[in-house]
Amino acid sequence: MKGTIVINEHVVPNVRRLVLEAPVIARRAKPGQFVILIPDAEGERIPFTLSDWDASEGTITIFYLEAGVSTMKLTRLKPGEAVYTLVGPLGKPTEIEKFGTVLLGGGCYGLGGIYPLARAFKEKGNKVIALLEARTSYLIYNEDKIGEVADEVIIATADGSRGVRGHVWESIKILEERGEKIDHAHFVGCTYMMMTSSRATEQAGIPTIVSLNSLMVDGTGMCGCCRVLVGGETKFSCVDGPDFDGHLVDWDNVFARAGAYVGEENLAYQFHQSRDDGAIKDDGCKNCGKEAV
Amino acid sequence: MGGKTLTAKERMAIPRAKMPEQNPAARAANFEEVPFGLTPEQAMLEAQRCISCRNMPCVAGCPVGVHIPEFIELVAEGKFAEAAREIKETNVLPAVCGRVCPQEIQCEEACTLWKRFGGVSIGALERFVADYERNNNLVKIPKKDSSTGKRVAVIGSGPSGLTVAGDLILKGHEVTVYEALHEPGGVLIYGIPEFRLPKEIVKAEVGYMESLGVKFVMNVVVGLTMTIEELFDELGYDAVYIGVGAGLPRFMRIDGEDMNGVFSANEYLTRSNLMKGYLFPEYDSPLPPGRRVCVVGGGNVAMDSARTAKRLGADVTIVYRRAREQLPARSEEVHHAEEEGIEFKLLSNPVKLFGENGRVTGMECIRMELGEPDDSGRRRPIPIEGAFFKIECDQVIMAIGSGANPVLTKTIKDLELNRWGYIEVDKNNRTNVPMVWAGGDIVTGAATVILAMGAGRIAANSMHAELMGLPQPGTEES
Repeated sequence: MKGTIVINEHVVPNVRRLVLEAPVIARRAKPGQFVILIPDAEGERIPFTLSDWDASEGTITIFYLEAGVSTMKLTRLKPGEAVYTLVGPLGKPTEIEKFGTVLLGGGCYGLGGIYPLARAFKEKGNKVIALLEARTSYLIYNEDKIGEVADEVIIATADGSRGVRGHVWESIKILEERGEKIDHAHFVGCTYMMMTSSRATEQAGIPTIVSLNSLMVDGTGMCGCCRVLVGGETKFSCVDGPDFDGHLVDWDNVFARAGAYVGEENLAYQFHQSRDDGAIKDDGCKNCGKEAV
Repeated sequence: MGGKTLTAKERMAIPRAKMPEQNPAARAANFEEVPFGLTPEQAMLEAQRCISCRNMPCVAGCPVGVHIPEFIELVAEGKFAEAAREIKETNVLPAVCGRVCPQEIQCEEACTLWKRFGGVSIGALERFVADYERNNNLVKIPKKDSSTGKRVAVIGSGPSGLTVAGDLILKGHEVTVYEALHEPGGVLIYGIPEFRLPKEIVKAEVGYMESLGVKFVMNVVVGLTMTIEELFDELGYDAVYIGVGAGLPRFMRIDGEDMNGVFSANEYLTRSNLMKGYLFPEYDSPLPPGRRVCVVGGGNVAMDSARTAKRLGADVTIVYRRAREQLPARSEEVHHAEEEGIEFKLLSNPVKLFGENGRVTGMECIRMELGEPDDSGRRRPIPIEGAFFKIECDQVIMAIGSGANPVLTKTIKDLELNRWGYIEVDKNNRTNVPMVWAGGDIVTGAATVILAMGAGRIAANSMHAELMGLPQPGTEES
């Protein structure tokens, strides 16, 4: 299951789309599942939410942010090259039921991650409202694709440059104010967004699922690195999740565990930067038009 | 050689060989193997200690029935590669077993010389001949039986899966091994540290299996990537062996276990061994060295974790709730750990972990005393009321055993499990699902490499019989 790279492209600043050849995973993937890959022989095992797949083409799609050594290594891989290792699909699929009106909130890589959920909830006969959150207007991506399957797409930007000024949780208030009855919510994105959004839906009494993005090693329940406290019980994100009740998750614990290796991550990044100083290729920036040097 | 001419008395007068080792201070700071192995001269001398007793209790003491007297005689004659091949007739992993088997409770304890003179160092000899054969490029591919046209899928590439694969490939079946992780070997790769079992040796053993024709497919989590039904219906396998290991770490369910700095031994060892975290940042997976590390548990996995933490530079304490005599680890491992400066807090049990900002800073323990024997026959540890004490630490490694990982078993329709989630099998390691066998830790719960291999051997014989339409082993016709 070696993942040969089909597309590895810049989408918006710091977010990239990776399409990998993975026929076995593409055939079996279900919404809410993830894969684990290792960029190169010295790399670590890192989980990525499946953002799309095509069984006939035999490909899967993930979105990632370049935020450390592993994703820096991913950025450098070119079409035709392959990641060192790719395994999946992992995790329990999201429970797709007919709830009525389903609110999907995505931020960061979650703008990619909510697409399969939107498609599946829509197919099940739900009314799907997608909330896409970003810091500013030009960081919004995947809008058209989600728009193809969602009944409504709401954009929220922290600086107010587009759509609602604010975040997912503020948009939930707007939906409430206009009298929209939401039966089910599901959030995919950074921990902060999932926590604040869950607090908003808890107040509004909306049942809520979050797709946690815990650190993992094996991803098959063997090591317990990804453990989280949910309703006072220890659960493993990789096999008991990644979906959990957003109102029962111990968010302080999730935040603390996400930061377990911040020091090491910085050290590794500096180590690699200094080791191949000058080897980092400047691809330019499609967003602002800056040309490659 | 003069081996044949010695009398039994002369043989018994030869002192028992001991492998030279790295000195404790040096080895506690590196990940290289601890014992160096015997020299050819030492091996031949040690082999002459075998008095070739007629009832061969050593063979009965071996879970896979290695032809021990025969291989030792070949060693005495200086025919080292031939000796290795003699072992391989019944054991596909001699370089591994020579290192990690608990010989002191198996073949060597059974040896007639054990009580008065110390048993023949069978493990050291096994290791020696396997290393000799490999290092001198003398590994030969044995002749396989002609192709049966039958196809077997083995799930899990640990010791039991490798045994099944090795046995069945020689009997002419086509064998593919599916592994969830990215390197083959199972616990030999992710669990046992480099200083006890160099990974080059595991790679060589797997390479040998490949040269026999076994196919290895990595990164397949059967149950998620594909199902057992697909193995039969779409990929056309005639039989399946499940050897996925136990694979579910136990925690103590005490306060503070979810903090940073607290690891299961599985995570800690996988980060170090499989992911090469001890070479961070050359390798990307972090394994931050602890300053003061507490390892909870007293088995081999606890010793491996403690000795790994020590090598990363920590002061290490093993916290175990029973007494020294009840430590389940091999005595050699306990001895090595002590030599390397690992402290033992015995008759102590953690009751609570505490920390700051989500990171562990210490544990509270309670002193224990031994009461009446429990189900395991060991005296039950009982807390002494009010006898609490604290240990300061910045890492805690829970090495208190494993449970049954349900990822695969729950996806097999009607598969019979016991109440702990382990697979139920008959005496030939057959499950209740037709043409599906299972063995190793997913049947017995966490045990040893060699017991898993023994289960693999039993299953392989049964699978072969079933595939060839022969009577099952142990039935009257056979």
